[in-house]
Amino acid sequence: MGAPARGARMMETRGIAAPLAAAATDEPAWVRRIVIAVAIAFVGAFVLVPLAAVFAEAFKAGLAAYGRAITDPAALSAVKLTFLAAAIAVPLNVVFGIAASWAIARFRFPGRSILTALIDLPLAVSPVIAGMVFVLLFGKQGLIGPWLTGHGIQVIFALPGIVLATTFVTFPFVARELIPVMEAQGAEEEEAAIVLGATGWQTFLRITLPKIKWGLLFGVVLCTARAMGEFGAVSVVSGHIRGRTNTLPLHVEILYNEYEYQAAFAVASLLVVLALASLVARRIIGRRVEAT
Amino acid sequence: MGYTLVYLSLIVLIPLATLVVKTAELSPGELWALATSRRAIASYQVTFGASLVAALVNAAFGTAIAWALVRYRFPGRALVDAIVDVPFALPTAVSGLALTAVFAPTGWIGRWLAPLGIQAVFTPLGITLALIFIGLPFVVRTVQPVLEDLEAEVEEAAAVLGATRWQTLTRIIVPALTPALLTGFALAFARAIGEYGSVVFISGNKQFETEITPLLIMTRLEQFDYAGATALALVMLIVSFAMLLAINGLGAWARRRAGHA
Amino acid sequence: MTIEVRGLTKHFGAFAALDHVSLDVPGGGLVALLGPSGSGKTTLLRILAGLERPDAGTARIDGVDLASQSARQRNVGLVFQHYALFRHLDVYENIAFALRVRRRPRAEVDARVRELLALIQLETFERRLPAQLSGGQRQRVALARALAARPRVLLLDEPFGALDAQVRAELRGWLRRLHDEIHLTTVFVTHDQDEAFEVADRVVVMNRGRVEQIGSPAEVFEQPANDFVMRFLGHVNVLDAELGDGRARIGEVTLAIGGHNGDTRGRVYIRPHDVELTRTPADGAVAAHVVRVTPLSGGLKVDLAVPAIGSRLRCDLDWKRGTALGLRDGDDVFLSLHRARVFATDHGAAS
Repeated sequence: MGAPARGARMMETRGIAAPLAAAATDEPAWVRRIVIAVAIAFVGAFVLVPLAAVFAEAFKAGLAAYGRAITDPAALSAVKLTFLAAAIAVPLNVVFGIAASWAIARFRFPGRSILTALIDLPLAVSPVIAGMVFVLLFGKQGLIGPWLTGHGIQVIFALPGIVLATTFVTFPFVARELIPVMEAQGAEEEEAAIVLGATGWQTFLRITLPKIKWGLLFGVVLCTARAMGEFGAVSVVSGHIRGRTNTLPLHVEILYNEYEYQAAFAVASLLVVLALASLVARRIIGRRVEAT
Repeated sequence: MGYTLVYLSLIVLIPLATLVVKTAELSPGELWALATSRRAIASYQVTFGASLVAALVNAAFGTAIAWALVRYRFPGRALVDAIVDVPFALPTAVSGLALTAVFAPTGWIGRWLAPLGIQAVFTPLGITLALIFIGLPFVVRTVQPVLEDLEAEVEEAAAVLGATRWQTLTRIIVPALTPALLTGFALAFARAIGEYGSVVFISGNKQFETEITPLLIMTRLEQFDYAGATALALVMLIVSFAMLLAINGLGAWARRRAGHA
Repeated sequence: MTIEVRGLTKHFGAFAALDHVSLDVPGGGLVALLGPSGSGKTTLLRILAGLERPDAGTARIDGVDLASQSARQRNVGLVFQHYALFRHLDVYENIAFALRVRRRPRAEVDARVRELLALIQLETFERRLPAQLSGGQRQRVALARALAARPRVLLLDEPFGALDAQVRAELRGWLRRLHDEIHLTTVFVTHDQDEAFEVADRVVVMNRGRVEQIGSPAEVFEQPANDFVMRFLGHVNVLDAELGDGRARIGEVTLAIGGHNGDTRGRVYIRPHDVELTRTPADGAVAAHVVRVTPLSGGLKVDLAVPAIGSRLRCDLDWKRGTALGLRDGDDVFLSLHRARVFATDHGAAS
């Protein structure tokens, strides 16, 4: 910045943390340093240190022990179940998310704002309650549980219950991402396509889908990450049957309660890697969403 | 359209309605007794108390973090910005496990607290720490964009009109951030009262002391005491809906005020 | 309150926003800083307000060096181009802000705000938020807010830039009348020549961080100091000519010129209203062909092809003269040139 007349003063206010605003809207250097230090310390203590601790504990007993923990049959079956539940819940919510955001962004109908609010409902409900409602519905003393059991269908303490609970808690993610994207883009291009003779399905595939793809992908990443990591809701409906109804997060809890700390942290480290991967994906896709 | 409603009903509305149906099986007197048992009241106190403290801490520190991220350039800024979202992305069970490890008396932070007589794990303090962790992104991510959109000119205008930096902060910047700050606070609080996974590891789950309401619901369910669980769930649901309404109201207020000045 | 600027220089990286700028604003004067974007006029205003620090040079208000005062100590009124109103405060509180931060008694604040609300004719709008006002109303609120603490000088950055044409014209007249009432030393920035001429006593023409000319609107228009000023203030015909003996030869046309720079070739500048048209051959006139006649608000614009010059020219006629000539596209007429200028420093020739 040129050769300031009052160089010394300029240097002092710029310092290590050059502010974006002009001199009249700067804080004193000591204020800036304190705020920066607080931000770093807080995020460091609450986020960085715990993350590091997971890996430290996971590898405490060496690589071999780590390998044993994550290749244990129960761990592998938990991995399988986790992916299976996500593989069912995510597509269901993607289809719903597209349909719901389409309806909300394109049409004006009575109860539109209520529908928007209802979509957010699962976010407001405690995960424990989310799991509990399925127990009330399908459990042994549930409303239709006994009838289902009579027909040989097991929902609670089985895969269907886990899928239902996962679908419930991840329900809003795709729709929430798509509604603003669809609203921002308007309907003109779709209208043009229809006028040009495209069918509804062609219009969706060729016009709508390409426009919303990054928003959709963003929603899918959020939805998948939550589906794989959900604990409370799944915990209620799973019954914790080792090797059968245990997802990865539940497996972590079981190991911890059995004082298998190193194994618990090893399995947890897998989930940390998944979570960090989802964050990186969100960053990359988020930029694309903003660009379109 | 029809599909949207059917799916919404199947996955969300009917299951939630079950809760109401179950409640209706109880007489008001029974419901009241179950919802206000000594153990239930103690769990509310732990849950809401810790959630409130955690949301307040997040409001203060979250704003400071958002401020630092938007206004200052410093080494590690990109990293801080990136990992603020970690609590949101991390499975709650892992969060609970990790925080317990760090704050245990032998843990990386707990060992510095222990000599001071501060016991974090298996105490209400531990619950609060876990809730601070999971609520962190909410305040930062609601305040940050508003701070980014604040025009520098508005602060310059205040300075030229004779305001000190402190006056500009209290009279111009803070009021401009208030809707976002309250929304972030409400989101963090709402998330905290329903939180289960990250808390059960660190809380120790002692009745009357560190037993949060979601855990008590879980316990009741495991004992097949559906009535007891339902009564507690109803209380939580009402509070959650109230929070949801408050958050939507705050959003509408913020949008109305932003206008196009 | 006089403003005295001496040698102000400000760089943003390699870009010289201000390059040794000096000027004086007499007490009670209304001065326009006129120039294209990037000419440094806003930077000058921001330095006066204390929002930027100059790299070199001084600015004084009533003889007091501003360098010793921060923005908040200077007590200058500044109106931003986009107003920068406080969105969460209503009209009343926006105007009251400068008094509130000075901790003035409530009654005094109220009296002053009411006085200003009357001045800007928005008495019934005091409880509105900025978002509920029109552009012109916001502009007036911004002005009232700037005036509240009785500033020593008033600075306006493109005060009408964000408004549509009609509101703009209204507010210009209003600002001039307001200034005549309160006699506050005022500097305003604009890129619009009409705005500068209509509102200001004196015009400072700026370009690339330098002052090109300072004078009354009539002076800068009638006696432009250089080709930049000439080009910037309205349309001009630019022609290549041979120069010598106080005369310029443009093709077959020869005419007397003022201010010759000694070159034998150069550019001459002729305003469209200095081109005279006649139906019959006059002394020294040459034949011209009317390419197109366009009615404008103040008269007629005539595009001409002039074979004797080997170029096209623009001629502006007032309505009366235009109607008298009864020109149509394709007519043949005669043209004479009244006044042409040559400049010692010619930016156009240099580039």
